[in-house]
Amino acid sequence: MTAADFQAVLPEFILAALAMLGLLVGVYTGKDRTAPAMLWATSAVLVVVGLWIALNGEGSNVAFGGMFIDDAFSRFAKVTILLSAAAVLLMSESYMARRDLLRFEYPILVALAAVGMCVMVSAGDLIALYMGLELQSLALYVIASLRRDSLKSTEAGLKYFILGALSSGLLLYGASLTYGYAGTTLFDGIVAAAADEPPLGLIFGLVFITAGLAFKVSAAPFHMWTPDVYEGSPTPVTAFFATAPKMAAMALFARVVHDAFGGIVSDWQQILAFLSVISMFLGAVAAIGQTNIKRLMAYSSIAHMGYALMGLAAGTAMGVEAMLVYMAIYVTMNIGTFAFILSIERDGRPVTDIAALNQFSRRDPARALAMLVLLFSLAGVPPLVGFFAKYTVLLAAVDAGLAWLAVAGVIASVIGAFYYLRIVYYMYFGEEVEPVDQTAHPVLWGFLMVSAAIMVLGVANLFGIETWAANAAAALVD
Amino acid sequence: MANLLSIIVFLPTVAAVIMALFLRGEDEAAQANAKWLALIATVATFIASLFLIADFDPQNTGFQFVEEREWILGLTYKMGVDGISVLFVMLTTFLMPLTIAACWNVTHRVKEYMIAFLVLETLMLGVFTALDLVLFYLFFEGGLIPMFLIIGIWGGKERIYASFKFFLYTFLGSVLMLVAMIAMYVDAGTTDIVYMLEEHTFASGTLDIAGWQIIGGLQTLLWVAFFASFAVKMPMWPVHTWLPDAHVQAPTAGSVVLAAILLKMGGYGFLRFSLPMFPVASDLLANFVLWLSAIAIVYTSLVALMQEDMKKLIAYSSVAHMGFVTAGIFAANQQGVDGAIFQMISHGFISGALFLCVGVIYDRMHTREIDAYGGLVNRMPAYALIFMLFTMANVGLPGTSGFVGEFLTLMGMFQANTWVTAVAATGVILSAAYALWLYRRVVFGDLIKESLKSITDMDRRERAIFAPLVVMTILLGVYPALVLDVIGPSVENLLSQYSAGLAVAAETSFAEVSQ
Repeated sequence: MTAADFQAVLPEFILAALAMLGLLVGVYTGKDRTAPAMLWATSAVLVVVGLWIALNGEGSNVAFGGMFIDDAFSRFAKVTILLSAAAVLLMSESYMARRDLLRFEYPILVALAAVGMCVMVSAGDLIALYMGLELQSLALYVIASLRRDSLKSTEAGLKYFILGALSSGLLLYGASLTYGYAGTTLFDGIVAAAADEPPLGLIFGLVFITAGLAFKVSAAPFHMWTPDVYEGSPTPVTAFFATAPKMAAMALFARVVHDAFGGIVSDWQQILAFLSVISMFLGAVAAIGQTNIKRLMAYSSIAHMGYALMGLAAGTAMGVEAMLVYMAIYVTMNIGTFAFILSIERDGRPVTDIAALNQFSRRDPARALAMLVLLFSLAGVPPLVGFFAKYTVLLAAVDAGLAWLAVAGVIASVIGAFYYLRIVYYMYFGEEVEPVDQTAHPVLWGFLMVSAAIMVLGVANLFGIETWAANAAAALVD
Repeated sequence: MANLLSIIVFLPTVAAVIMALFLRGEDEAAQANAKWLALIATVATFIASLFLIADFDPQNTGFQFVEEREWILGLTYKMGVDGISVLFVMLTTFLMPLTIAACWNVTHRVKEYMIAFLVLETLMLGVFTALDLVLFYLFFEGGLIPMFLIIGIWGGKERIYASFKFFLYTFLGSVLMLVAMIAMYVDAGTTDIVYMLEEHTFASGTLDIAGWQIIGGLQTLLWVAFFASFAVKMPMWPVHTWLPDAHVQAPTAGSVVLAAILLKMGGYGFLRFSLPMFPVASDLLANFVLWLSAIAIVYTSLVALMQEDMKKLIAYSSVAHMGFVTAGIFAANQQGVDGAIFQMISHGFISGALFLCVGVIYDRMHTREIDAYGGLVNRMPAYALIFMLFTMANVGLPGTSGFVGEFLTLMGMFQANTWVTAVAATGVILSAAYALWLYRRVVFGDLIKESLKSITDMDRRERAIFAPLVVMTILLGVYPALVLDVIGPSVENLLSQYSAGLAVAAETSFAEVSQ
């Protein structure tokens, strides 16, 4: 390991080292008593590292003989991942503490998952890819079942583990096929082998890797675990699942298809277009019948992954840019939405039934309005920022000659609008029911309001993410 | 002022933000504050728009008061008005203060109500002034959010069904237009509407898609996508079914805005996009639209005849009158297009006034059933007079603005397709039938219903709301040049673009054939 190698992985190294230090502190001190401090410290570290990457990173650096790539693309993804992980950590504190779930392992596992995600998006090699993916997944399996005495939570963890292991198996099988036919695990080598007329085995490898990654982004038809895991996990954990890991898996997806299989775009384009269209429709249709807001958000995230995949399916730099913009906006919206869901309680107990929101706007107009903005933004109705997310991916798809996919996407978005409107309907038009609590924890309130404000004010200039995303996409797609 | 258009468009939203942030409480004083602030904001917007019309030069057929700024994702923030759009801006700013005044009696969540209307005004004005495709779409679709809430929160008994139907129906129509807009961006390399109008020609060679021969090619595909959106918005038969539901359930002010302004967006869209940008497709499909319009006029007039609910009757009558507009536009000659624009403006005043008329008695009796009324002239002479004026205007009596619009569109239609005109002209008779019958059943006869014995005539506020509408209806009826002089040169320019586009396409196809 040279100094240059070390330089490239420094952020991940710091995070990993601090996580292990946190473990030691937790073990040698009073265990869970230190948990709140640990949580705040972890999110502070995540934010600092995130900002450091955002402000300090420059150019494209390759480390460990091509296994680890630090470029504008990975930096964009890392910043999104780290900041959203920090936000979710902060949002979970009050919820976890009051339900006696705030163990000191929680922030550490989140930090380790974040390290895994950073490795994923920087992977330049199948081994590095797998290492990052598994580090992330193992940490996530554990926090899914954080509530040990709850049947649903443990079921969620187990389900996630088994299906996650299956998807890892698929991915590994694909990776080994790819290695067998390309003779190398480095993306640079694979892309050379997979040009013009690739051997059939390599295509098989591509298909299996794609299937494994589709599991991780919860794209239909590999989405089955999502609703159950979202519903069973403690809500802050659900919020985490819906944000950072999605960004990481999506970025990894882009990395693999462009860096390793960039020479055979037409081969994977049809797979991605298929995944995209299935996800958009399944997410839109299946969410209609849901009454549990966490399950609803699960289907909503499936649909959103479909749109992000539409950008990727374009197979162009424009498509990657669109996907990054889409994911950044998606993550911001979801943080706000989950801040709202976390703040809904009745007599201090969490409520996930959307009917409980009846006439919520009368009791707390500010929170209801913020949620209204987020819901319309999620539905992609202009003039909110969520519309621009959809617009960029549609533009990329039409530009790449996938007009049919764009038409399918907009039709799915109309179907999807229904269930977002249904929540608005409960909040604004519904009947009086037993009211939910009026007070929201200030941290949750703050995240909700800021997220909603971004959805409105972002119309002016999208806070500049467009330029960063364009640079990131240019770094990935030559 | 360089930013006059932006000021006009965003002034209402600024007021809405102030209201949202600084007005607290639900007591009567707070409600009165909200109403007054909204009224002042809309009046101020109207005054600002007077500067616009005063400085507007009708002889200049290009866009005036143009503002252009860089925006996100390769889009531009570009605003401007020409002879076609400036009067819609005026119509909107003119009607909004009246709308706000019409909801003075609302007591349920007043602040939110006013905010919804103010935001809606911004979005409506934006539609008529945007000169960037995506900016246009932003305003066009954004209007759904406040309207959805207005129907859903302040509407009648079936408001949930009506609001969802309204939203999803119009949303589905519009998303295809979004894809078409993106395709136009990809084709033209810009989203600038002015560039597309003046310099860019969309391909019209026959396309072969999956074995289907598409005559008119790209233009036809784009035209169909835009048609899906505007036809729903207009609304045209057979995609009009959301309108009666939305109208009946919406509160009075919501109905006024819906009928008087929101419906005009469809017609405006046809004039701004379909006709000049896709001339070949428009020419190809003109007869299709003309026949749909003729069917709409006759069919919805017959349906209107059988309605029990006053609002539903007027809603169907709106669909019929919009039939004249679409027919006039796709007749594609000076009289037809002039007449279509005139009809839209005039219908804005007349239908708005008719819904206000329903609102006046609904506020007193809380029913819209026609059978619940009768003999109102005995207790409400002033109301009877005003209602009669607008009924006559709706019928198209000479001397009111309704006549000019219908006459011009019929004349335009006649040059394009005689048979369609023959069918559509029967609609004029049918409209007299349903409107006069409605008037007879509500106003004339003996006052025998107990509940009506104590009904009071219009108060001063209500008369004040109707006064400007009465003036405009008669003024435009006796002196239509007021409108026609403003729109004339721009319409001429539009039609020359249209025929130039057709000529170019004919030449290329001739060249293809002769090769």
